[in-house]
Amino acid sequence: MGFLTTVDHKIIARRYIITSFVFLALGGVLALLMRLQLAQPEARVLSPDRYNQIFTMHGANMMFLFAVPVMEAMGVYLVPLMVGTRNIAFPRLNAFSYWIFLAGGALLWIAFALDMAPDVGWFAYVPLSGPQYGAGKRADIWAQMITFTEIAALAVAVEIVVTVLKQRAPGMSLDRIPLFVWSMLVTSFVVIMAMPAIVFLSTSLILDRLVGTHFFNPAEGGDVLLWQHLFWFFGHPEVYIIFLPAVGMVSSIVETFARRPVFGYLAMVMALIATGMLAFGLWVHHMFATGLPRLSESFFTASSMAIAIPAGIQVFCWLATLWDGAPLFRTPLLFVIGFIVTFVIGGLTGVMAASVPFDTQVHDTYFVVAHFHYVLIGGAVFPLLGGIYYWFPKITGRMMSETLGKWAFWLIFVGFNLTFFPMHILGLAGMPRRIYTYQPDMPWYGLNMFVSISSLVLVAGFFVFFVDAIRSVRAGVSAAENPWDAPTLEWATASPPPSYNFAQIPVVNGLNPLWDQPACLMVASGLRTDRRELIVSTVAAANPQVPGGLTGKFDLAILGCSRDHRDADRVDLHAVGGRLGIRSSCSRIDRLVLAQGNARG
Amino acid sequence: MKTRVVADFSGLPIHGFGSASVTWWGTLAFMLIEATGFALVIAVYLYLMNLAAVWPINAAKPNLLPGTLVTLILLFSVVPNYLISRWAEREELRKVRIGMVLMSVLGTVPLGVRAFEFPALNVNWDSNAYGSILWALLGLHTAHLITDLVDTLVLTALMFTRKGDNSRRFGDVQDNAMYWNFVVVTWLPIYGCIYWIPRL
Ligand code: HEM
Ligand SMILES: [Cu+2]
Repeated sequence: MGFLTTVDHKIIARRYIITSFVFLALGGVLALLMRLQLAQPEARVLSPDRYNQIFTMHGANMMFLFAVPVMEAMGVYLVPLMVGTRNIAFPRLNAFSYWIFLAGGALLWIAFALDMAPDVGWFAYVPLSGPQYGAGKRADIWAQMITFTEIAALAVAVEIVVTVLKQRAPGMSLDRIPLFVWSMLVTSFVVIMAMPAIVFLSTSLILDRLVGTHFFNPAEGGDVLLWQHLFWFFGHPEVYIIFLPAVGMVSSIVETFARRPVFGYLAMVMALIATGMLAFGLWVHHMFATGLPRLSESFFTASSMAIAIPAGIQVFCWLATLWDGAPLFRTPLLFVIGFIVTFVIGGLTGVMAASVPFDTQVHDTYFVVAHFHYVLIGGAVFPLLGGIYYWFPKITGRMMSETLGKWAFWLIFVGFNLTFFPMHILGLAGMPRRIYTYQPDMPWYGLNMFVSISSLVLVAGFFVFFVDAIRSVRAGVSAAENPWDAPTLEWATASPPPSYNFAQIPVVNGLNPLWDQPACLMVASGLRTDRRELIVSTVAAANPQVPGGLTGKFDLAILGCSRDHRDADRVDLHAVGGRLGIRSSCSRIDRLVLAQGNARG
Repeated sequence: MKTRVVADFSGLPIHGFGSASVTWWGTLAFMLIEATGFALVIAVYLYLMNLAAVWPINAAKPNLLPGTLVTLILLFSVVPNYLISRWAEREELRKVRIGMVLMSVLGTVPLGVRAFEFPALNVNWDSNAYGSILWALLGLHTAHLITDLVDTLVLTALMFTRKGDNSRRFGDVQDNAMYWNFVVVTWLPIYGCIYWIPRL
């Protein structure tokens, strides 16, 4: 039962991360099936109906079950550690969100196993998904999966916002928040503003389908474009929900491996916030082909191009940091450099597609498929893999292999570009997306074969990554507290961190606490040790206000389990005390840690 | 890592009200989510109205009486709601108990009147898109009324147990009062959409 009822943010985040990577692997298998089918003209590997299910499953799975959850999970793991607190805010809500997410994922995949998977594309446009054309249960499965996963995402967003605003270590004022934490804060606000749109959307689709409402039925005063507006009002910010945490990871990695504080901290924070706000002014660029009024199209072209500005600022800040630093080209940094290269290409094709005449030409072709994989894989998966290599020692207490890491990086980087670059050309040559096959007289044959073979290289890279990760959990070199000599607080505690994260809450007086005071961590005493008590601090200056902990409105739900946890914490802390020869009846750790300080000199 | 103690927090107050409480911020974040939801549904209402040649589509205008009654009750409820928040801050258990009972009543009564509001819309959810969005607006708000009422009832019961006389419970009472204000305030634009926009 302890496993099921835990409220430790690290255990729940680990669960989230592993589950999302399983979904990544499953989605990768689907991608391989599609590439197998498309390698040659008139192939018969998949039936047209199965192909429709598979591209829908692939897209929905990658977006809703892999990319968003994995990014939020990294936040759930790292944010409390980075801000120096003992747990995430509303830990039971956090535990609950995982099960909701899992239910959504299981629903989708079980439906697929029963040949009932959605077949309407990952954005499920009406009228195709509506009651008239979408017979059966398939579109309902899509909508229900969406509802589950978005509720989970909203719950996590609330936890992260409150953790960042109210549980930062004393002294961590707004200008001392690590950039990754800033990125998760902005992301969480984007989730809060964007996800309600899709919750409304999936609900109204189910209502249209099941109880006969007419939201999307033009014959009774509804509208089909309403779907597209609402979907992309959520869907475009969705890209930033995936991308912003990745940017935060990049900043962390660049800083540590360039061996100097990140260049332009304030500009970076402003760029994050600007990106989060601009994200809501872009949605119509997905609808250029629907013939909206010219004026609104021009507006959305301009805003789509404007978002290149904050992106550019960040790229320049990273390059400046690397330029001025003494970069160590370890695996995490390799992935970051792969990210910068790929993301610049993806950004360029994005700016191209933001121009209406060009977009009208390439809309719904493989050019777009190439573009968004450059942004999603290049812009988010590369940093994520770099982040896994970087934080793996913290999470598991063991290092991943540098050799395998370099192999994984080069296979993925080369395989990725060989797979997706030619898709631009295929798209320009007129190959539409979402077709299950093509005739031999089309000029696409050779290139499709090439793409399919290259995708094997890409998948081999992911395979090496998975092997490395699984092997290292058991057999990796064991990691010290701070193996990369990094500057932020998650590295100030053991690897992996104890259930209470910090025996004493850290006190911060700079942006890079572990570099500012390399030898010694400043801490505060006076919190209880018999439960995971933590400090609630003010929003701007992070001045301590009151103790907080495992109680509150959302925590009323499962009172039973909190007691085990308090006990578990007590045992842990007292075990430390025991080793240092402190009587295990001590109720406040300050004595213990003072003794610890004396013991070590 | 070696540590140096630079501060001691054993002297901090045990419980913080309002913005010093994590729950307060959580409630605020949930209010932001729900406010976004309300704003979107209202935007959809205006969007569909813009498309329609006539509004309401093939239906009589909603009857004013039940909706207006709900509005008046909700507006009146803000007064005791404000008081209970103050009592909770001063931890006056007896007054808070009376206030919670009153707020439970003031949560139940509008829900009763709400039952008459749906037929007063004069259109069904499956008649046309106008009916659909009207039911969506009213349904969404009713869901909030019900949630807050359940919250209030549970909390009222708690206040009459031994667990009631406790700073954290008083904090919960305050958060609950804040949420009720939110339920009242969000009703006003919805009331305007449903009942007055068709009459413009
Ligand atoms: C493992 C490497 C991957 C390969 C080889 C791959 C391949 C493909 C292909 C060929 C399509 C187009 C199918 C069609 O239009 O008929 C596609 C669609 C898509 N992919 Fe991937 N993909 C990969 C990874 C990813 C990842 C990591 C993500 C997201 C984070 C992603 C997101 C999507 C989305 C959203 C679609 C659109 C689905 C739709 O049309 O409804 N893919 N992918
Ligand atoms: Cu977009």
